[in-house]
Amino acid sequence: MSSVRHLIEPTDLTQQEIEEILQLAEKIIEKPEAYANACNGKLLATLFFEPSTRTRFSFEAAMLRLGGRIIGFSEPNSSSVAKGESVKDTIRTIACYSDIAVIRHPKEGVPRLASKYSDIPVINAGDGGHQHPTQTLTDLLTMRVLKKGLEHPTVGFCGDLKFGRTVHSFVKTLAKQGEAKYIFISPPELKIPEYIKEELPEGSYVEISSLDQAMEELDVLYMTRIQRERFLDEGEYMRLKDCYILNNEKLEHAKEDMIIMHPLPRVNEIADEVDKDPRAVYFQQAKFGMYVRMALIIKLLEMEGK
Amino acid sequence: MIRIDTIKKGIVIDHIKVGHGYKIFNHLGLDKSDYTVALLKNIPSNKLGSKDLIKIENDIHLDLTVLGLIDPGVTVNIIENGIKKEKIKLTLPERVKGTLKCKNPRCVTTLENIDDVEFTLVNREKKEYRCEYCDARTSM
Repeated sequence: MSSVRHLIEPTDLTQQEIEEILQLAEKIIEKPEAYANACNGKLLATLFFEPSTRTRFSFEAAMLRLGGRIIGFSEPNSSSVAKGESVKDTIRTIACYSDIAVIRHPKEGVPRLASKYSDIPVINAGDGGHQHPTQTLTDLLTMRVLKKGLEHPTVGFCGDLKFGRTVHSFVKTLAKQGEAKYIFISPPELKIPEYIKEELPEGSYVEISSLDQAMEELDVLYMTRIQRERFLDEGEYMRLKDCYILNNEKLEHAKEDMIIMHPLPRVNEIADEVDKDPRAVYFQQAKFGMYVRMALIIKLLEMEGK
Repeated sequence: MIRIDTIKKGIVIDHIKVGHGYKIFNHLGLDKSDYTVALLKNIPSNKLGSKDLIKIENDIHLDLTVLGLIDPGVTVNIIENGIKKEKIKLTLPERVKGTLKCKNPRCVTTLENIDDVEFTLVNREKKEYRCEYCDARTSM
């Protein structure tokens, strides 16, 4: 089983491998028809133990656009898990039928456990508040395509930086890609954890609580949702939920070529009026998510050039 | 001062931090032993000020990893024919398998029976270990 490659967290990939996946994704964007049969005859299993629309659809769309096929379930009640089957047994069985598996689970570490018992590649599509590596690849591809040639970007992360797994993975991976300046914008209660900052070069980041203060400096603004499900105290959630709302007025001081990213879903942290602004790229970002997953599937199945 | 005889064959666990002696005593199951054992608490010590100490008049298997986790400062002396045959200084183990339990309630280890969950030392000072599955930090 050791020769099979899995993607459980971003660090499972070397910088070289990330580069190769992003390059391949760019080639797919340029000429998708050239990859329409890249995974002919291959089967992707989607094991979604908790609801998801975007991630599941993007994986399924990715495989279908590569000429492959899909099987799977989108909630555990429709699988043997409802009968008490273990994750280990579920993955061992699925591996008999399919060529690659995608897993989302509310418990942290389930994809890692599954990968230990799987002789087909396993991709983590989100495990609780832990990791979501394909969102990180999506974010990297978005910046690469839309901010091409920008060598030392100033990236602002705004909102829930404490619980936001996408921010944690993105910052850690971005830090390995090259020089950048990070502006962490959050209320004191939702500051980015120490262990993330520890991995950043000294002097490369600042922490502030005002979005207005950072706006004119930013090349990229990464907005996040204040996640209700992470709060134990409903009162605290109510107090913080509207602390950052991006609207056209706030964007008046932003650079003309800044881009606004968001992992989605959004609630109200970006006003609808912003959607018309050419700087708002979050729906394009969702599309890049499909392309980067196409590239990842090709890589893990070793179908490139076949 | 209370005096305990030197032992002929067995193990002396020395330099135990005050208060840890009872924990180690229990962990080794010495409360159920049918051979001679002694737990001494609050003994004056040049090195520590005061310390706990355990003497075991028997050849038992010691899990040094677990001992190191409870108290990395202890010294284990192996005694044969009344003399010290070997002296082992413990340290905090870099990796621990099957001993620690992840304290993160959202971790898969709380959902499934998994043997030998591996924990990696991340903070020596706080004795913190990282769970291989969920990355949460946990200590003994």
